Amino acid sequence: MKIVMIGNSAAAVGCIEGIRSVDEFSPITVIASEPYHTYSRPLISYLLCGHTDRERMKYRGNDFYEKNKCSCLFGKTVTAIDPEKKEVSLSDGSSVPYDKLLVATGSSPFVPPMAGLENVKNKFTFLSLDDALALEKALRKTSKVLIVGAGLIGLKCAEGIYGRCKSITVVDLADRVMPSVLDTDSSDIVKKHLEEKGIEFILSDSVASFADGEATLKSGKTVPFDIVVVAVGVRPNTKLIADCGGEVRRGIVVDETGKTSLPDVYAAGDCAESHDITTDTDKILALLPNAYMQGETAGVNMAGGDKRFDKAIPMNAIGFFGLHIITAGSYDGEETVLTDGRNYKKLIVKDGLLKGFILVGDVQKAGIYTSMIREQMPLSSLDFDAMKEEPSMMAMNESYRKLKLSGIK
Amino acid sequence: MKKVYVNEEWCLGCHLCEYNCAFANSGLSDMAKLKGKTITPNIRVEEGDKICFAVNCRHCDDPICVKSCIAGALSKSPDGVVEINKDKCVGCFTCVLVCPFGCVRPDEQGVISKCELCTKNAVGEPNCVKGCPNHAIVYEER
Repeated sequence: MKIVMIGNSAAAVGCIEGIRSVDEFSPITVIASEPYHTYSRPLISYLLCGHTDRERMKYRGNDFYEKNKCSCLFGKTVTAIDPEKKEVSLSDGSSVPYDKLLVATGSSPFVPPMAGLENVKNKFTFLSLDDALALEKALRKTSKVLIVGAGLIGLKCAEGIYGRCKSITVVDLADRVMPSVLDTDSSDIVKKHLEEKGIEFILSDSVASFADGEATLKSGKTVPFDIVVVAVGVRPNTKLIADCGGEVRRGIVVDETGKTSLPDVYAAGDCAESHDITTDTDKILALLPNAYMQGETAGVNMAGGDKRFDKAIPMNAIGFFGLHIITAGSYDGEETVLTDGRNYKKLIVKDGLLKGFILVGDVQKAGIYTSMIREQMPLSSLDFDAMKEEPSMMAMNESYRKLKLSGIK
Repeated sequence: MKKVYVNEEWCLGCHLCEYNCAFANSGLSDMAKLKGKTITPNIRVEEGDKICFAVNCRHCDDPICVKSCIAGALSKSPDGVVEINKDKCVGCFTCVLVCPFGCVRPDEQGVISKCELCTKNAVGEPNCVKGCPNHAIVYEER
């Protein structure tokens, strides 16, 4: 059986490891536009601030492809899938046949139309290694950097270049930083922390136009800059599937096994939708752990095994200059908030289940909360009052403790 | 595989396992040298009104921390030990986000530290168990 994957990041790696857990021998071909050994995309900000380097940020060891009997076609782009002939066409005119195909094409930065942006010389996005290297090349100690977007990518970019430029100004249309995962109060804590470092924020505002060295905002304010980073969001790369008739909504539609609507074609990662169990809706969860697990599930099923990816939830761990933030799930429900102004905790309960949480500062043992969400543990089965104060195994019931800590069923 | 299992009925809450863990991973010649130091052991005692017990990495068969690690710094060894490569870890805390037992924590340098069953230190097998006076933790197959 010939297995082909388009993409070489977390979903593809998960898929390869999933396949090899079931099938040791079927040949795997990995096709990717980027000419690199698999690397961790979220580590590009750590690369810029020196917390990792090109070698250490490899997502798997140098022997990964050899060990997993993969042949690599890197620096080559797939231009079309022919689900009838079961082959993919490459930009160099060649084609590669498959018996099973994984589409793990990821996402691309979304750059909204902004007047004058086309004339800005030093403009960047911040998603790939090449993005980070290009930004680094343009960066000077004297640079005034304007980041459009105060989400996870924009703020991680700010941390990455901090200390390597003269100033950082972040502009966002939203009224708070990280609006997709933080509420107003927790967002304030994070914003203050970043402001104390000297990063400037202009919120509830957006760029009206770019001119030479100066951006004019909708409010009329002006922001001088030498470098612009556009980090307003990402869009799933769904074109290959849409072009050959596969079902696409916001992302590529897949079932719990990773299958698309096309025979023997699977999809995983940022390009595909997942089923968020906290809201019972299908959505794109552009998160590395999600990509890996969805890819792994697809791999097991492609190789003839049986696995379901049925516990997907939104979840994020992120930190800036030592301040840690962990969030998970969805935020519709009854809220409990505990805060001392520096540390913040919000737990969201609905239908007798923990549905989501926000932690800023003290994030220890957050995984116990995450596990309660993923496993949909009835709150009546544990000591939730104690759990609210501090996540612990002590607050779980005795039979759960015996099972997990003592191995007694 | 052999793992550290809890007999919660027997735990006295003496916290010796925490000191034995910290000592085994410290490289110090004498446990007394831990005096006055803040320790970050990979096993932690949880204390309740009536019971207490020690919790360390469960070395899960299907470890969600390994699958979630954004840096590829966590892995499962052929022997089943969930290992951390501190050199690759960037301290993003995604493993803290997902560990169902709250068993991964940052060390003094801000990267993740976790129980590796003393396979990487001079002791060679769990020092927490060796020093437990009451068999409240045991190292065995179950």
